[in-house]
Amino acid sequence: MEATARPAAPSRVTQLIRLVRSAPLTAKFGMLVTLAYAFVALFAPLIAPYGEVEVVSRVPFDGWSAEHLLGTDQLGRDFLSRLIFGARNSISIALVTTIISFTIGCLLGMFAALVGGFVDQVLSRIVDALMSVPDLIFILMILSILGGSIVNLILIIAILTSTRFYRISRAAALNVASLDFVEAAKVRGEGSLWIAVNEIFPNILPLLLSELGMRFCFIFLNIAALSFLGVGIQPPTAEWGSMVRDNAALINMGDITPLIPAAAIALLAVAVNFVVDWMLNRASGLTEEG
Amino acid sequence: MASPVIEINDLRIDAKANDEWSAIVRGVTLAIHPGEVLGLVGESGAGKSTIGLAALGYLRPGARVSGGTVRLQGQDLFAIPEDERRRFRGTKVAYVAQSAQAAFNPAHRLMDQIVMVAVDRGGLTRAEAEARAVALFTALKLPDPAQFGSRFPHQVSGGQLQRAMVAMAMICNPALIVFDEPTTALDVTTQVEVLISIRNVIRDFGVAAIYITHDLAVVAQIAHRVAVLRHGVVVEEAPIAQIMDAPQHPYTKTLWAVHEMPVDTSATHLQKGAPLLTISRLSARYKQFEVLQDINLQIGRGETVALVGESGSGKSTLGRVIVGLKEPSGGSLTYDGEPLPPLVSRRSLGTIRRVQIIYQSADTALNPRHTVRKILGRPLALYHGLRGARREARIQELLRMVELDPTHADRLPGQLSGGQKQRVAIARALAADPELIICDEITSALDKVVQAEVLRMLLELQARLGVSYLFITHDIEVVRAVADRVVVMQSGRIVEQGAKAEVFAPPHQPYTETLLASVPDMAVGWLDRIIAERAA
Amino acid sequence: MTRKPRPILSMVASRVGLGVLSLVIVSLVIFSAVAMLPGSYASAILGQNATPEAVAAMEEQLGLNEPWFLRYLGWLGAAAMGDMGMSFAGRPVMDVIGPRLLNTVVLASITAVIAVPVSIALGIVCARFRGRFIDKFLSTSTLASISVPEFFVAYIVMMVLAVKLQLFPSMAGIRASMDWGDQLYRMVLPILTLLLVILAHMVRNTRAAILSVMASPYIEMARLKGEPEARVVMRQALPNAIGPIASVVALNLAYLISGVVVIEVVFVYPGVGQAMIDAVRNRDVPVIQACALIFAAAYIGFNLIADVISIISNPRLLHPR
Repeated sequence: MEATARPAAPSRVTQLIRLVRSAPLTAKFGMLVTLAYAFVALFAPLIAPYGEVEVVSRVPFDGWSAEHLLGTDQLGRDFLSRLIFGARNSISIALVTTIISFTIGCLLGMFAALVGGFVDQVLSRIVDALMSVPDLIFILMILSILGGSIVNLILIIAILTSTRFYRISRAAALNVASLDFVEAAKVRGEGSLWIAVNEIFPNILPLLLSELGMRFCFIFLNIAALSFLGVGIQPPTAEWGSMVRDNAALINMGDITPLIPAAAIALLAVAVNFVVDWMLNRASGLTEEG
Repeated sequence: MASPVIEINDLRIDAKANDEWSAIVRGVTLAIHPGEVLGLVGESGAGKSTIGLAALGYLRPGARVSGGTVRLQGQDLFAIPEDERRRFRGTKVAYVAQSAQAAFNPAHRLMDQIVMVAVDRGGLTRAEAEARAVALFTALKLPDPAQFGSRFPHQVSGGQLQRAMVAMAMICNPALIVFDEPTTALDVTTQVEVLISIRNVIRDFGVAAIYITHDLAVVAQIAHRVAVLRHGVVVEEAPIAQIMDAPQHPYTKTLWAVHEMPVDTSATHLQKGAPLLTISRLSARYKQFEVLQDINLQIGRGETVALVGESGSGKSTLGRVIVGLKEPSGGSLTYDGEPLPPLVSRRSLGTIRRVQIIYQSADTALNPRHTVRKILGRPLALYHGLRGARREARIQELLRMVELDPTHADRLPGQLSGGQKQRVAIARALAADPELIICDEITSALDKVVQAEVLRMLLELQARLGVSYLFITHDIEVVRAVADRVVVMQSGRIVEQGAKAEVFAPPHQPYTETLLASVPDMAVGWLDRIIAERAA
Repeated sequence: MTRKPRPILSMVASRVGLGVLSLVIVSLVIFSAVAMLPGSYASAILGQNATPEAVAAMEEQLGLNEPWFLRYLGWLGAAAMGDMGMSFAGRPVMDVIGPRLLNTVVLASITAVIAVPVSIALGIVCARFRGRFIDKFLSTSTLASISVPEFFVAYIVMMVLAVKLQLFPSMAGIRASMDWGDQLYRMVLPILTLLLVILAHMVRNTRAAILSVMASPYIEMARLKGEPEARVVMRQALPNAIGPIASVVALNLAYLISGVVVIEVVFVYPGVGQAMIDAVRNRDVPVIQACALIFAAAYIGFNLIADVISIISNPRLLHPR
C-alpha cells in the first residue's frame, strides 16, 4: 500500500545502461573487448575451423594461406584454431584461479579483521611470509617439486594470490569496522557473523570487485609467463603463453605469427584493466563527494 | 576616506558535482576598509569558505567564477592569470585555516614555514624575517618566543599551533587576512586564548580581516560588521551591534534558535522514583592510562542528565562503558536494581534493548548501503520479533514520531539531509522501546535551527514516552536547553554534579567556573570584559 | 642536537629484526620444500633405477637420518657461508650459480639505477600536471603496458631493434672473456625490455604516492601562501612522500625479479633466472632452493631498506616531542 507513495525509482537495468553510457572511452573499449573474448571462449568449438590438437598439415611452421589463415605451428596444427581454443583454456583457468583465491582471501581477511587478536596475528604473519617472496619465484619452486599439473598450478597461484585479497579485505573491513554503524550493531547485540555479512561486506564489495579485476589480470599474465617458461600448462593443451614459446623460432626470421597469442594476452589484460581503472576512479570520486 | 582593501562585486562561483555545474555563490557583494573586520556567518554549505578563498584569488579544484569581480587593493584578481594572482597571496592577503594541525607541513620546522613567504617574495632577509616572527610570537603570547620556531608542528599544542598560523599570516604585514573558522577545532578554554590573541593582533597591527564562522557568539567578539550568508547569498549585512540586538532577516533570527529555547526550570522531572542506572566507584583505563576514576552517578526514570566536559575529559568513554563497549577496570553498574554485566556480549538481548545510544555523526552511524526501512526494521525484528505488515506499520509510526515523511523509508542515508539522518538515528534508538538513551554529542554536527528542532522533538518524546537521556556534550547552550541535572567532568573525574540551576549558579567549583567563563556570550563586549578582568 | 634518538633506533632495530625473521621463515619454507618431493630425496638424486642399498647409502651420506631441524640448521649455516650443497647433476650448486649471479646483479642493477630516478621523475611530472595531457597520456600508457606480458615486450623489442633494424644482437649470450663494452652492448636489449616493464609499474605507484600526499590540507595552505606549483610539489609534497615512494619502489622490485627470469630466458642471458628455469625443468631441487633463497633474500633486503628509509624520513619519529 505504501508502494504507491514511492517516487518511481529507475529499474536496475536502466541504471546499468545509464552507467555504461557514462563510462569513458577506454572503459567502453575495455568492456567491448572483454565481451568479445568471452564470446570466443564460450563458442570456441563452433568458431575454430579445425580441432585443438588436430594435425592438419605435414608442413610445420607453414605460412599464412587461405586454408590456414595464420599458418600452422611446429607440429603442423592450425594456428588460428589453437589460438581460439587457447582463449577458452587460458581465460577459464585464470578465472577459476581468481575465484578460488578471491574466496579464500576475502573470507580469511574479513575473519581476521573481525576476530582480531591471536588469530589475526598468526594469519597476518603467514601472509607476510608468503608475500616476502616474489610470486613467480615461489610458484616456480613449488611447481618444480609438485609437478606442473593444471590443478597444482591453479591451487598454488590461488593460494599465493589470496594473500593480496586477504590484505585488502582485512584493511577495508577494519576501516569499515571502525565506523559508528558497526559499533551501533554491536551495541544492538548483533553477532559477529551478522555484522560481517550485513554491515561490513556490502560496504567493501566495490573495492573488492575492482581488486578482483586487477588480480585476474595478474593471474592471467602469471600463467602465461609460466607456460611461456615451459612450466605452466603442458602440451598438447592450447595455451597462449606456450604457443609463443613453441613458435618463438619464427621471430628471428621476422615472422610476427608467434606474437599474435602474446598480443591476445595483452589486449585482454589491457581491456580488463581499463574497466577496473574506471571502477576505481568512480569509487574514489564517490567517497570524495560523500 | 581610504578606499576599500577588498571589494567583492556580484561574485558568482559554480562548483562541479556529478558532471554538472551548480551555483554555490550567487551574487555576493562585500567591501572591507582598512582596519575593519567583517564577520562572515552562516551554516555549513552556505559558501562562506568559498568566498573567503576567493578573496585570495583562489578556487578549490572543481570550482569556477561565473561572474562578478574580486578587487584586492584595486586589482581585479580573476582578470589576471593564476601565476600573477598567486603573487598577492601571502604578501598582500593571507589565510588562517581551521585546523593548524593539518595546515602546517609536518616535514618542516615552524620557523621555516612562517618566514618562507617573507624571504621569497616579501623582500626581507632571513634574519629580518625571523626577528619579525619572534616579535609576532611574543605579541601572540607564545611560550619561549626565541626558540618556538625551531620546533616541528607535531611538537606544539593545538592552540599554540593556531596562533603560530596567525603569525605566519602576519609575517608580510598583509592588508587583509582571511580567518576560516580558526577556533572551531579547539576546546572552549583554548578557544578563549586564541580569540584574545587574534583580537589583539588585529587591533595592534590595524589589519583588515574576514572572519568566517558559524558561531555568532564568537563573531560578536571580533567583528565590526557581519554578513549573514545562506545558500550563497548575503541575506543580511549590518554592524555587529545591530545584528545582535535587532536582527532583521528571518533566517538571521533562526541562529538564536537553541539559545532561545524555553528553559524548563521547574523541578517536575526531579521527582523521580527508583534510579534507573546507578554507577558507583567506576574506573576504566586504556593500557596504563587511567581514563575514568571514581565515577559515581545516578540517572532516574524520565530524567535528562547532561555530561559536560572538554575533549579528553572521559565523557565519551563513560558512555561507552554504559553501553558495554568498554570494560571498566573497577566499580559497578546497576540497572533497575540488577547488576549490569560489563560487556555487551554478556548482556541479555532484553537488557541491551533497554539502553540505546545515538551518535554524533549520523553520516557514519547509519550504514550507507541500507535503506531507512532496513535500518529501522532490524531492531524491530531483533528485539520484538516483528515481521511483515506489523513491522511495516511500526516503521511508519516511528518515522512519524521523528517527524519524517513515511516515504523516506525507501531512501538511502545518502539521499537525506543531515538533520533527517539524525532523525532516522533517533528513530532507530526508539525502535527498541528503550528506557535510557545515551546521546553522544548528537547535535554538534547540525545547523543551529536543526539543532533546536531535534532538541525540542527529543523533549516532546520524553514527555510522551518517559524515556531518560544521558546527554554527552561540550555545548553549554544545549545543556541549558535540555538538562535536568548537570555532571561536569575533567580528566576522567566528576568535578561537580547537581541540578541545573545549582551548577549554573554561583558559587562554582573552580573548573566549572573556567568552563562557564570560557563560553562566549551571545553579546558584544564579552571578550573585552574577559580581557579587562585578566588585566585587573 | 640534544634530543635523544631512542624511539627511532628501536623502531629501526625492530624492523631489522622482522626482516631477519621473515628471512628465517622463508628459508624454512624453501628448505622444507624438499620434504614435499614425492619419494625420497636420495632416490630423486639417484633416479628411478637405484637399488635400495644405494638409496640407503646415499641417505647416510647426505645425513638424511638426522632430525630435520639439525639438517635445516646445517643447511642454513652452509648457505650463509656460500655453500649451497651439491646439485642433482653432481656439481656444487655454487659452481652452477656463482658466475651467473654476477651477470644477473649487473643486469638488475643497471636497470634499477636507470628506472628508479626516471620513474620518480615521471611520477612527479604526472602529479604536477594532474589531469593535463601528459598525465592522462602517461597514466593510460602505463596502465596498458603493465597489462602486457614481459615476453611480449621482449619479442617486440627484439623484432624491431634486432631483426628489422639489426642494431643490436638478438641474443645476449655474454661471456666473461668478452670486454666490458661488448658485454654492455649485448645487454642493451634485455635492459631496455626490463626498463619498459618496470617503469610502468613504478611510475603509476609513484604518482599515486605523491597524489595522496598532495591531498593534504598543508598543500592547499602552501598554495594559499602563493607558492608556485612546482615548489609546492618539490618542497611541500616530496619530503612527505619519501617514505611512501621508498616502499612502492621496493615493492616494484618484485616485478624486476620476475622480469629478470623471463627476460633472461628470452634473450638467452646467462644469469640466475635462466639457471633457475633450467633447474625447474630438470627438477634439480638444490639449485632451485639456492636461486629461490637468493631472490627472496634480495627482495626482503630491499623492503627492509625501504622501511628504514620511511622511518627515518618521518619527522614525527626523527624529532620526538
